[in-house]
Amino acid sequence: MNWMRVKGLMRKEVYEIVRDPSSIAIAFFLPLVLLLIFGYGVSLDARSVPVAVVVDHSTSLTASFLAELEHSPWFHPLHYPDQPSAEQAMMRGRVLAILWLRSDFTHLALSSGEAPIHLTLNGVDANQARIIQNYVNGSWQTWLQQQAALQGRPLTIPVVIDMRVWFNPALTSRDYLIPGLIAIIMTLIGALLTALVVAREWERGTMEGIMVTPVAKTEVLFGKLVPYFIMGMGGMMMSTVMAVFLFHVPLRGSLAILVGTAALFLLTALGMGLAISVLARSQFVAAMVAIVTTFLPAFILSGFLFDIRSMPRAIQVLTHIVAARYFVAMLQTSFLAGDLPSVILPNLCGLAILCIVFLGLSVLRFRKRLD
Amino acid sequence: MGVIVVKDLGKSFGKGPSRKGALKSVSFEITEGSMTALIGPDGAGKTTLLRLLAGILRPDSGTMRVLGHPLPAEALQLQTKIGYMPQRFGLYENLTVEENLTLFADLHHIPESMRRTRFDELLTMTALGPFRTRRAGRLSGGMKQKLGLACTLIHPPKLLLLDEASVGVDPISRRELWTIIRQQVAAQQVTVLLSTAYMDEAERCDHVLLLHEGEILAQGSPSQLIAPMAGHCFLLPNISTAPRTLQSQLARLPGVVDTAIQGDSLRIITEGVEPPALPPELSVHGPSKPVAARLEDAFVNLLFHRNSHRSVPQPMNPQTGSHDALVVEVEGLCRYFGDFAAVNHVSFSVRKGEIFGLLGANGAGKSTTFRMLCGLLPASSGTLRVAGANLRTGKAAARTRIGYVSQKFSLYGALSVLQNLSFFASVYGLQDSRKQDRIAWALEDLELKDYIAINAADLPLGYKQRLALACALMHEPSILFLDEPTSGVDPLARREFWARLNALAHSGTTCLVTTHFMEEAEYCDRLVLMSLGQVLAEGSPRAIKDRVRTANHPNPSMEDAFIALIEEHERVSRRAS
Repeated sequence: MNWMRVKGLMRKEVYEIVRDPSSIAIAFFLPLVLLLIFGYGVSLDARSVPVAVVVDHSTSLTASFLAELEHSPWFHPLHYPDQPSAEQAMMRGRVLAILWLRSDFTHLALSSGEAPIHLTLNGVDANQARIIQNYVNGSWQTWLQQQAALQGRPLTIPVVIDMRVWFNPALTSRDYLIPGLIAIIMTLIGALLTALVVAREWERGTMEGIMVTPVAKTEVLFGKLVPYFIMGMGGMMMSTVMAVFLFHVPLRGSLAILVGTAALFLLTALGMGLAISVLARSQFVAAMVAIVTTFLPAFILSGFLFDIRSMPRAIQVLTHIVAARYFVAMLQTSFLAGDLPSVILPNLCGLAILCIVFLGLSVLRFRKRLD
Repeated sequence: MGVIVVKDLGKSFGKGPSRKGALKSVSFEITEGSMTALIGPDGAGKTTLLRLLAGILRPDSGTMRVLGHPLPAEALQLQTKIGYMPQRFGLYENLTVEENLTLFADLHHIPESMRRTRFDELLTMTALGPFRTRRAGRLSGGMKQKLGLACTLIHPPKLLLLDEASVGVDPISRRELWTIIRQQVAAQQVTVLLSTAYMDEAERCDHVLLLHEGEILAQGSPSQLIAPMAGHCFLLPNISTAPRTLQSQLARLPGVVDTAIQGDSLRIITEGVEPPALPPELSVHGPSKPVAARLEDAFVNLLFHRNSHRSVPQPMNPQTGSHDALVVEVEGLCRYFGDFAAVNHVSFSVRKGEIFGLLGANGAGKSTTFRMLCGLLPASSGTLRVAGANLRTGKAAARTRIGYVSQKFSLYGALSVLQNLSFFASVYGLQDSRKQDRIAWALEDLELKDYIAINAADLPLGYKQRLALACALMHEPSILFLDEPTSGVDPLARREFWARLNALAHSGTTCLVTTHFMEEAEYCDRLVLMSLGQVLAEGSPRAIKDRVRTANHPNPSMEDAFIALIEEHERVSRRAS
């Protein structure tokens, strides 16, 4: 490898990045937008869920139960006079659940202490329905305990769950989405942007001019790898700083391990980008292939949004070739749990294997030829 | 031993039934220090051959030795010694002139100490010195080509491979490019192999290779190739009126291979050595004189005997109506892209039934003007009336009366000839019998019948051009716009195309054509010469040439006129500033 040639290629690449607005947009603007959307907009928590409340016979007991709901941050109760009108509201999508306290509620509660409440859920979004169900149960139990304490008799529930939440005690989904997002952003820069810029060189004919100089293929690859590696690490740093200081995501692991795993993942992503650019010589094809094979899997199959363990077996197997899967696991551990060798090491191994495969593939398949 | 020794070289692209042979068993040798021109129509295999020689394609069969290196085995060693300039030389448009040079100096590992002198030398040679810090993307087409050449010359090569380095470049830059190449040959003993579409360039080389459909049709020195044409070329001088009509009449005479307008005369190539027998009604033009043959004559003759079938279009039914009416009026037309004036106060007018040319190099503003005329691009300022409609207000009205053939012919490649015709007929709102009539007309008159079921993408270039023309004529427009219709087409197909246009104009359709081939100006009734968004001159070809006719230069070509007018324009604008 000749240093002068590599330096020349790298310098060229830097000028191209700095002077081309589309590179800047993909490398910095898009990640910023993603961070802000996920930081402020997207949340998997159910908060202020609109719930229709139908009370057939209003008493002080029903009022105290409703007060419990009113004070809960999870619910936004809306009162309806009867069940049919509440059902209509559900049909129109104004409410996601109906809570019906029937006319015998107070009577049963006072006499037997066992009063049923009627809960109807909109099950279209199954996940959300389950969350609402749990919240209603929770509120119900809290209220029962209060009632028992008020009346000075012990609440007879045979088993009580004494819940403690580890790593993310406040259960904010943001705290685990933002670290995962770093993997998405680095895929964007490493795979998509790199595949695009190489394809652009084929399209504009600049690659043909370079091919006929005495430059070696490793020099061409190295000249691409280094600038985009630096840029990708820049994107990672930006995301980390925003995560910690803007969104107050805790960083419990060491920075060194975070940077080390990120570097390995970025090399893998660059390997994928370069491998794609060997196959795809137009920007359109390169973008399509990169989005379908790297960006979307990083979103869907990495465990960033959806838990891998709840996927069908075949898909679970498939996730093993998604590099982001290993990185997302390490990121979430680094940020929320700290340096856990039992998580970091196996994932690091998986990532290292993919890194060698993709980088090796791009070095082997890259040709200083047009055919 | 030769610098390039090629034997039985073969190369195909594609897979399965669509596999096409780009080169079929090509053999030749090139000696050191010579200049060789590679000529042939588009798709003949010129670019494939140059890429094979540069070591960026692998041959399917045959052997190649370039500068003693067997290919493709020793491609890397070879690449330290050659300079190769691809068709669209890939300059990094975001890098400045100097940064582009530095990149290629780095890639060729030129020591820091030698760079200053080499850069200065190249920048002086290309006259790019004042633009060192300008980005390559903001240079004119000619300047880009010169910079591309400078980049390939940065490390003095032993062999220079140039792929259509001068095509589409303005005449002045073309002249400068040639001066640079000649200097290199003389001073450094560089061997040059260049492909070109300009016959005059090929004629200036030591050796010519004529490639056609992947085979070498002829090779030898220009004089060797021209020799068999001796006695077959005649000139019918001083035609005063309607040279185009006369040309199409002559083209149909038996024994005539080709006719071309050359200045005020008609050039005729015959099959025998006797002068063409003019029918009595044409004898008023006087006898034709034998003239010396040129390379283009030899080229046309070889291709003529290759393609046995050839069509001479018949004039179509003339339309009625006045021929003096102005159908296109352009006044003070401007178009800005950012602060860049692509079209700068352009004015001209076109009469009904005229063939009107917009001539200029790539980037002169021809296509931009065209797009505004067709209503595809709004004008920044100025007025334009097309077919009586103001395009700023009545676009739809004007559009039904115009036909547009875009650069590179926008046909649907995956549709057959018939499907393309049917589609365009429907787009123009033709129905039932009218649609059937027009499709039948297109298949008949443009001789597309034999290709009816073939997909447009698989058509030979000449037929693509015909199909594009047919599609644009489906609704019988009164004005036809053709953007660079002849670029890349071989001389024979170009002749045929102009004859077809001639027949169209004769029938009353106004034709507006852009071209960067200066000699094609002769086929126009009137034209504007454009440069850098401005009109240098407007008038008939003769009137424009008259402006630069002097005692020393009694018979200037359109290219001479262009160069003289640009130089005059620059003097005037410099004085003004």
